[in-house]
Amino acid sequence: MGQTLAEKIIAKAAGRGHVSPGEFVTCAVDLAMMHDSGGPRRVKPVLDRLGAKVWDPGKVVVISDHFVPAVDAMSAAILDLTRKWVAENNIQNFHDMQGICHVVLPERGHLSPGMFVVGGDSHSPTGGAFGCFMFGVGATDMAGVLVTGETWIKVPGTIRINIDGQLAPGVSSKDIMLHLCARIGMGGAGYQVVEFCGSAIEGLPMIERMTLCNMSAELGAQAGLIAADKTTAAYITAAGGNVGDYESWQGDRDANYLDTHLVEASSLAPHVAAPHSPANSAPVGEHSGVVIQQAYIGACTGAKLEDLHMAAAVLNGRKVASGIRLLLAPASTKTTAAAVVDGTMAILTEAGAILLPSGCGACAGYGAGILAEEEVCISSTARNFKGRMGAASSKVYLASPYTVAASAVAGHITDPREFLQKGVS
Amino acid sequence: MTSRAWVFGDDIDTDVLAPGLYMKGPIEVLATHCLEAVDPNFAAAVKLGDVVIGGENFGIGSSREQAVQVLQILGIRTLIAKSFAGIFYRNALNFGVTALTCAEAEKICAGDEITVDAPNGTITNLTKNETYSCDPLPEQLMEMVALGGMVPYLEQRLRKGI
Repeated sequence: MGQTLAEKIIAKAAGRGHVSPGEFVTCAVDLAMMHDSGGPRRVKPVLDRLGAKVWDPGKVVVISDHFVPAVDAMSAAILDLTRKWVAENNIQNFHDMQGICHVVLPERGHLSPGMFVVGGDSHSPTGGAFGCFMFGVGATDMAGVLVTGETWIKVPGTIRINIDGQLAPGVSSKDIMLHLCARIGMGGAGYQVVEFCGSAIEGLPMIERMTLCNMSAELGAQAGLIAADKTTAAYITAAGGNVGDYESWQGDRDANYLDTHLVEASSLAPHVAAPHSPANSAPVGEHSGVVIQQAYIGACTGAKLEDLHMAAAVLNGRKVASGIRLLLAPASTKTTAAAVVDGTMAILTEAGAILLPSGCGACAGYGAGILAEEEVCISSTARNFKGRMGAASSKVYLASPYTVAASAVAGHITDPREFLQKGVS
Repeated sequence: MTSRAWVFGDDIDTDVLAPGLYMKGPIEVLATHCLEAVDPNFAAAVKLGDVVIGGENFGIGSSREQAVQVLQILGIRTLIAKSFAGIFYRNALNFGVTALTCAEAEKICAGDEITVDAPNGTITNLTKNETYSCDPLPEQLMEMVALGGMVPYLEQRLRKGI
């Protein structure tokens, strides 16, 4: 019996030739990534108590993205602690206020196919877009990794999601994931791996692949995964990373999959998830007309360069409706720089988008743009749990950047395809 | 020890357990907001030794282990759910909180008095005079949970020089 890609990566990390789903194994960690919220402020007390040092500072990446920039004494103290801990522990790979960890990590060339990576954040499956097995852990788990260089894992099985065909104009990876959240459910992947394959994947740029793997978290998967190909290798090379023997990191033809879900990309409409669950999603028509006060383009899920391009395709020559605020928090400083160079940023700001710092921001209620009681927001982020983005009675609808931008122009939830077909009037 | 049950539904997420608005402040303050979006009374009324009962997918969402820690601060030592989200489950065991998966969790009602025998995988509902079985903790992790979690476990490991 052959092995899935996830099993191959785990076997390598465990120093084994073969692993089977359900086995408990101890894996050597190739890279540990953490941010300012779950990172130094939480692991330092553990390491201090144990009198332990970081096992290999070269294999640790720290990225400040949650409490950036500091807005009060508490956030300033957290960032100060982060910077001091990084210096004291000789962590060279520190990206301070450069954007959201899941986007910065590959942007700076840290990921290579076949790596076994832990991230101190639940959207760590994003790294799976680069052919890595990457999963999220809490800070105490992370402290264990920092002390020992290893962690335990119960080998997950793999659910294959085969996406064929081509997405229609105005439909994106985000819509695929909202469709899957409704179809499979938020716990549907049962902490197994979801591996995306099929002809639609081959045609997707890395950033759109990242969105698929990112929201594997919303399916309840431990990791999302896409086998590396030439598109992957080109991205990693351009980012200054190491592609290694990427062609060898593929699942075997005779590997055993728990399940296979088929998706025909061309049949998908833009999707919107109503409060308070990503699984509460349906084609946009079911929610059109819902009046909004805020439109938010942000987060690792929905404010990368392609995401900004989607918003710009809708907003080009248009204006945000009166009384609506469109907030834009690009996922990284490199995203902002690229969007300035290619003209995207001018389109967005001329339409009325208000530019916010790169960071996790309002997505998790940490930063600028949180909601008042009873306010309604349409957001390109990944989660719309009750109270996550602000007041407990606020309501968040999840959608693609296309749909968020179109709704900002209309003042209510609307189908972005009408805007793309009509062009600017 | 007899425990009083607090019952919540499916998909109780980490944002309602540990709201992001209070994440940068002291953990004791965060704890006072635990679950307030779904039960404003919970944090003030829960007592040491009470048990939280969830439905499917308890603890879905963020990797923030404060979602476990606030429950522990409020006195919760045992969690019972039909299923747990993966990261939350790891975090619970890392804090020495006994997280038990029980297919019959929904039979437990708010306020029921229950006793839990984790090693043998049984839950007794004294109010309803019923007994339920639950999945035992993974054998490989029992030692860590028995020691009180990952940090005491690492302490022991470092002492032994492994």
